[in-house]
Order: sequence, then C-alpha cells, then structure tokens
Amino acid sequence: MNRRAIRGLVALPAIGVLGVLLAWGTSGLAPFGHFHGFYGQLLNAITLPERHTTNTVTAIVFDYRGIDTMGEELILFAAVVGVVLLLRGAGKPTTRDVAQDEVRSDALRYFGVAGAALAVLVGLWLVAFGLVTPGGGFQGGVAIASGVVVLFLTAGFRSWRRVGKERHLDPLEGTGAAAFITLGLATLIAGAPFLHNFLGPGEAGTLFSGGSLSFLNWAVALEVAAANVVLYTEFLAQYVVSLVRDTGDE
Amino acid sequence: MHYLPYGIAAWIFCVGIYGAIVSRNLIHLAMCLAVTQSSTYILLLSIGYRKNATAPVFKGFENRTKGVDPVVQALTLTDIVVSVTVIALILALALDAHKDAGTVDPDELVGLRG
Repeated sequence: MNRRAIRGLVALPAIGVLGVLLAWGTSGLAPFGHFHGFYGQLLNAITLPERHTTNTVTAIVFDYRGIDTMGEELILFAAVVGVVLLLRGAGKPTTRDVAQDEVRSDALRYFGVAGAALAVLVGLWLVAFGLVTPGGGFQGGVAIASGVVVLFLTAGFRSWRRVGKERHLDPLEGTGAAAFITLGLATLIAGAPFLHNFLGPGEAGTLFSGGSLSFLNWAVALEVAAANVVLYTEFLAQYVVSLVRDTGDE
Repeated sequence: MHYLPYGIAAWIFCVGIYGAIVSRNLIHLAMCLAVTQSSTYILLLSIGYRKNATAPVFKGFENRTKGVDPVVQALTLTDIVVSVTVIALILALALDAHKDAGTVDPDELVGLRG
C-alpha cells in the first residue's frame, strides 16, 4: 500500500465522525439572527452604566474577563519566546550580505515612510480610543507592528533593522507582558481584587472612560506590537539569509 | 437561509481540513490550518448575530439600542491571537526542518538524524 492509500484510510473514518459531530452540533444552534445568549445581553445592558465604557467588547476583554486576557497575552509571549529560541542566531545576515535589497527609488522610499507613519498613527488611535469606539490593545498593536513591515518592504532590510534591534525590542515585549501582571498583583497587594479598577470608572465616551482599564489596554498594545515586530524580525532575517544563498555567496 | 452562515463556516472548515490531509508541504499545511481556524471566526460571529441589532459599541447612542452578542466577539479576538501564535510556531519549526533536512515535505522528513 502506498502512502496515499494509507492517508485515505486514516482520514476517511475521522472525517466521517467529524461530519456527524458538525451536523449534530450545528442543528442545536439557534437559527441565524435569533441568538438569545443571556450573558451577552446582560453585559450589553450593564457595561455602560457600570463601567462607563461604550465599547462592550473591550470592557469584556480587560474587565469582565481580564484574567483570560492575561493568559492570552502570556500565550503570545510564550510563542514569541519559542520562535526566537528556534530561529535567532541561526544564519544571521551580516550588513555586507544584505546590501542587495537596497531600495533605489526615492518615491518608493518617501511613500513607504509616509505609509509606515500612517499605520503607526492609526494603531495608536485604535489603542487610545479602544474603550470608546471599535479598537483596543490587540487591534492597535497589530496595526502599529504593520507600520514596521511597511518600512521593511519599501526601505529595505537595513533601514528596517535600524528600528528593529533585538536589544530594544525584547525588553519592550517583556515590559508589555509584565505590566499586565504587575497591575494585577499591585491591586492584590493593596488589598483589592486582582486587576481591580483602582481609578474608578471615569467618564463615559472620553479618553478617561474605564479608569485603570486603559493601563491594561496600553500594556497589551505594547506587548502585541513588540511581539509582532520580534516575529517579523526573526522571519525576515531568515528570508534575507535565503536571498543571499540564492544569489550565491561571494 | 437560517443556517447558511453555519454552513459557510462548515464549508471553510472542510476546505482547510482537506488541504491539511493532502498537503505535501509544511508551509502549505500552516496555511490550511489558518483557513480551518478562520471558519471558527465566522461560526462565532454568526452565532452572536441578532437581527436588527447594532455592534456592541454604544458611543453616540442616546437611548439604549439592541446590540449583537459581545462575548463571542471577545472570544473571536482570543481565537485570532491563538491562530497567530500557532502559525508563527509552525512556520518556525518548518524553517528549522528545512535547515536540517533540506525539505518541507513531511513524507521526506521521516528519517530522523541526530
């Protein structure tokens, strides 16, 4: 028997069981548009009067289920540590090697820098108003990190490397993860519950809404932005090494 | 029509799983996993949808309007983060495998060398 046949024999019964489970599970769901989950409706009703935040999703992420978000942040942190352990130091390009990806078009370079600045600005805006309008630390963090990728695409690896140095990025990432836990522990030491909102709810619809939730928001934004930039750095460093190999080492 | 979004989620899930089964390339496999996982975003968001409801963001609404379920939206956010971490790790492992064995075909990676 060849590999293809074995693969089919293993996959078919598993797919059959999965299909039955899927059909059974879907048939138990409420018809589309008629969901009446009590928890969600309750949170929609009480978030604004209780927490003074107009974005219910961000309030859930940082307040009602804040401890889950801490776990989520640590998952991201652990994954980035794993990627760095696997990739860092393995065939790092020297400055001489990467000279060939230099961008020679001035227009591309200027538009690239403008685009990167715009992405970072949008990211900061998403984070800052995360508790008011759609957005938040996770979304804004990714937008900020994407600005750095635009810089790589339009200005070359070397210019990008000037921004993304490991000795600057790694502490930022650690700070983001540690700040969330520190804020939680600090409230515990002060005698309040873990991640207690020590500033009070603030004023709804303004930058002060949510009180100390915005600190958690910014901690997550820092962690997510730094984690993404570290990931891009490691993968792009590998990619540049492969470019050097393809064109032949001279 | 009542179950169409769930059907779409199931279809995307099946496409991803099929790709993962017939995949002969670890990077292709990571992409299939991303497709499979994106079906869960659609499933979660379509479960939480309510007819004639607004997004669960109430800035600028004078009287309280009905909103869609915010809990599944927060769950989708978690889902996306998990997806990113898993794919980053798989791609890093694929790169590592390619460096060691010179291939990303799982069938040719059988022979382990110390």
